[in-house]
Amino acid sequence: MFSSEFLLTAIVFLPAVWSLGLLAFDSQNKESMRYWTVLGTALTFVLTLQLWGSFDPALATMQHKFSVPWIPTWNVNFTLGVDGISLPLVVLTGLVSLLAAIASWSIDKHVKGYLILFLILETGMMGVFLSLDFFLFYVFWEVMLLPMYFLIGVWGGPRREYAAIKFFLYTLAGGVLMLIAMLMFYFNGGMSFDLLELANIAAGKGKVASFSETLQLAAFIMLFIGFAIKLPSFPFHTWLPDAHVEAPTPISMILAGVLLKMGGYGIIRIAMPLCPYGAQYCAYFLVALGVFSIIYGAFAAMAQTDFKRLVAYSSVSHMGYVLLGLAVWRIQDGKTFNADYWAMGINAAMFQMIAHGISSTGMFFMVGVLYDRVHHRDLNKFGGIAQLMPEYSGLAAVIFFAGLGLPGLCGFVGEIFSVLSCWNFDPLLAIIAASGVILTAGYILWTMQRVYLGPEYKGPHPEGIIPFLPRERLVAYTLVILAVVLGVFPNVLFKPMDKSISGLVQSMSHTYDAHHGAAATVQTTQVTQ
Amino acid sequence: MDFQSLFQQFLSGGGTLQASTYRSLVLFLPELILCGSIVAMLLARLTSLDKCIPTHWFALLGSLGAFIAVLAQFWELSIDGQPSTLLFTGLAVHDEFSVFFRGFLLFFLVFVVALTVLSGIPDQEDAPDFYTLLCGAVVGMMVMSSANHLLMLFLGIEMASVPSYAMTGFLKGRRQSSEASLKFVVYGAGAAGVMLFGISLLAGLTGTAEFGLLGERLHSIFANGFTASHPEARIAILALLMISVGFAFKLSLVPFHFWCPDAFEGAPAEVAGFLSIASKAAAFALLVRFCMSVTGSAAGVVQGLSLTMGLGLGTLAIITATFGNMAAYSQTNAKRMLAYSTIAHAGYMLMAVSALLVLRSTTGSELAASPEQMKQAIEGLLYYLAVYMFMNLGAFSIIALIRNQTFSEEIDDYKGLIQQAPLLAVGMAICLFSLVGIPPLGGFYGKFFIFAAVFDATRVHWFMWVVLAAGGFNTVLSLFYYVRLAKTMCMDVRPVDARQVSMPSNSPSGMYVLLVCGMVLVLGVIIQPLSRVANHAAAAFF
Repeated sequence: MFSSEFLLTAIVFLPAVWSLGLLAFDSQNKESMRYWTVLGTALTFVLTLQLWGSFDPALATMQHKFSVPWIPTWNVNFTLGVDGISLPLVVLTGLVSLLAAIASWSIDKHVKGYLILFLILETGMMGVFLSLDFFLFYVFWEVMLLPMYFLIGVWGGPRREYAAIKFFLYTLAGGVLMLIAMLMFYFNGGMSFDLLELANIAAGKGKVASFSETLQLAAFIMLFIGFAIKLPSFPFHTWLPDAHVEAPTPISMILAGVLLKMGGYGIIRIAMPLCPYGAQYCAYFLVALGVFSIIYGAFAAMAQTDFKRLVAYSSVSHMGYVLLGLAVWRIQDGKTFNADYWAMGINAAMFQMIAHGISSTGMFFMVGVLYDRVHHRDLNKFGGIAQLMPEYSGLAAVIFFAGLGLPGLCGFVGEIFSVLSCWNFDPLLAIIAASGVILTAGYILWTMQRVYLGPEYKGPHPEGIIPFLPRERLVAYTLVILAVVLGVFPNVLFKPMDKSISGLVQSMSHTYDAHHGAAATVQTTQVTQ
Repeated sequence: MDFQSLFQQFLSGGGTLQASTYRSLVLFLPELILCGSIVAMLLARLTSLDKCIPTHWFALLGSLGAFIAVLAQFWELSIDGQPSTLLFTGLAVHDEFSVFFRGFLLFFLVFVVALTVLSGIPDQEDAPDFYTLLCGAVVGMMVMSSANHLLMLFLGIEMASVPSYAMTGFLKGRRQSSEASLKFVVYGAGAAGVMLFGISLLAGLTGTAEFGLLGERLHSIFANGFTASHPEARIAILALLMISVGFAFKLSLVPFHFWCPDAFEGAPAEVAGFLSIASKAAAFALLVRFCMSVTGSAAGVVQGLSLTMGLGLGTLAIITATFGNMAAYSQTNAKRMLAYSTIAHAGYMLMAVSALLVLRSTTGSELAASPEQMKQAIEGLLYYLAVYMFMNLGAFSIIALIRNQTFSEEIDDYKGLIQQAPLLAVGMAICLFSLVGIPPLGGFYGKFFIFAAVFDATRVHWFMWVVLAAGGFNTVLSLFYYVRLAKTMCMDVRPVDARQVSMPSNSPSGMYVLLVCGMVLVLGVIIQPLSRVANHAAAAFF
């Protein structure tokens, strides 16, 4: 229906252009500005659906790719494109933004400024997922920083300024590392920022010689730190509980639903294809880190008394599965061993990202609904909500079970497949990761018991508890339906992702086996002789 | 020699690359226009003409006219691709690089004059004095940026400095202002003395003061490699060190920066903004040209000297950037904070010069950097300066506009300004985040280009990794204090007893802020034109 150029550019820039329209509104006219924003995010979401519709799942290559020179003196191009890895995340971004915009009715302070920043944030997120030029990627990555800083810092909770600066600082520090890695690739990759071209060079098929092993390792470590901060993975996760707790509900939804995925996406899109050797070198460490994050996040969640902080730590735990799934690249005798399991791991990681995008968005929303009514989040002061708000509690239960990983809901698929693929990598780590599920069940069930069950609500503001509003109902039902659909028909997601992921796995394992693995084997045989 | 032949020589003298006196004067036209407007301002006061025509019109028209003249020169150069021309028998040089900086300074002068008109410093009575000093300083800076002779170097620096001293103390009634001015003078005089001694050593040693010949002579002095064992070599190194003291003073590099915070705090914000940008830019123009001249010529590059100077400047850059950022953190006065930020930014920009020299030191070896790579280092510096002009000017002009309404420059008095004057708060936030270097604001690209040049230089010498790491570390470090100011303005609540500030966006001042801060954004999205111009200007050396 639309040309590729128009469709992708519109998805990226429509929200930002839409935010200009807000300037024309009167600041007191809050209601119309909110509707205007919802309309903008809805249009963007429709465009992302259109993108999904025109996407051919049988192709492993980039689709709708186009490139326009931006800074020719530095060979920077405005290159956008989509493949099976970025497509689900783009659609997820569109959806979560729309839902967060609907949830933004709870914001009543400086509405105009809030909505403008919100829309600019959406542009940044879309740009990150769609850009295929490293420089452009970096620009969009940082573009998200400023709106996020102000959204947390102005509209957040009591410790908002601390949380905002912490978020800013962590991401900026990661960004500087990414910048240095970017320069490494630029100067060693024939003055190019094109991610596909750089990946070709890394695979030994480019115009210039492949990146040296030292370079790949150094760059991978820098990139990984940059992305692990966003992911977040232990030990770079400490900004997350603060940011999540202090951010207003819609922003928490975006943080958990989309921003955390950028870390995982960055690893798949940039860190791994550009430094296959580095990725393989660090594989065991990454898997172990993922497993540790799972367990650590679960234990930390269990210890929380703040409802939102609990959900925040559960994100650390759940994103551990992503790291685990991405890195299960097993090498035996200098060759990639059972690459299919690795492909399954990446598929699982991608699925887990989307599933977590739905379940944690839902969890934050559910917490927010409750907070709007009783103005506190202390788990020990809840109880008996199920009797006062039966519909809400039922929907919340589904969302929390989805987070727990109950079969039939979206959380299960990602967790089970990443643990399965890990068995091929290292059974011990797989066992530890699997036991994380028990801990997850522990804290989620315990939370539900403390909040929803019980005879009566004894906490503050019992008079504030009113039934579900239609607006809230819309958001909750959408998320619940998606959680069920993805749990029952996971193929909806696997189908578009599969080709791109197996293409990536093939190319990386070939590269490793041909350039690094074989050489390693020769060396070991020489040593043994 | 009779009059006829004198006149003939005036019209068509000179050699292949040397312009005749007449041609020199034509190419010197922008400076002459500015000088003319200075004279006109003084005469206007003499004849009481300034009572009916405000003096700022003279300054504005003069700087605009001079800017247009430079534009015409730039256009001419860009078409013909001429080699550089020597003016006034080799005292000055006319090439893309000098034209870029002269245009930069005049463009900036237009903005500064506009700002002073809007903010009302100086008043009617003092206006001729102020604008005379301002334009005089710019003439000096323009001389700096086209100097091709040690004498012109010194002359330019002094011509730029002396009016600056007077402008710093322009608020005559304020003790602080006078104190700042005195500090500035004493430091300036000291630095100038040391520099002059260095110049005389260098000129005495090499027997020439022309930049074009210095490289050759030094090349023969260091013919047996770069060692200090030879007495002549020792004197040369000493001379270069002493000259660099003068540069360090102008660039406010640690440890010659002490004047900077005091001068900025004491001076009106407009003057501080002017000094922080124009004198830095001119000093960098001179520094690049001087370094390129002494480290080599067509005959060859003094590799050891170039590398040592590059690494030395790199060390200085690290210390300056780190110190500036650290010291800025604890400031409570907005201007003083920005003064330290200026010091830090001088450090970043110095990294580009350092990378340039390190890359240049490879000339003639198998690792040789291509001219394109060295051009990119200079391009990074020029882009950075151009963006820096807008972001720093934006910050200082907002400080000046707030001062006009609250009579305060303390950060605490900026609390919650967004509730009363959103334009000022948002404009300030844009400038500050651009100073941190966050895309899509212009500051990021300047920083990126410089870091890219430094990265490029890492393959020559490992120390450049340290420089690069320091640059990255400082970027993160600087976030703290810039964000603190942005946070104060955008997030805190305005105290009830605070003075009312208003700045509608359709007032002239509001439009000025919109324009300057808008340019910071535009330079972050449309990069190519300026990047090309900068690249073209850098081509003058290759």
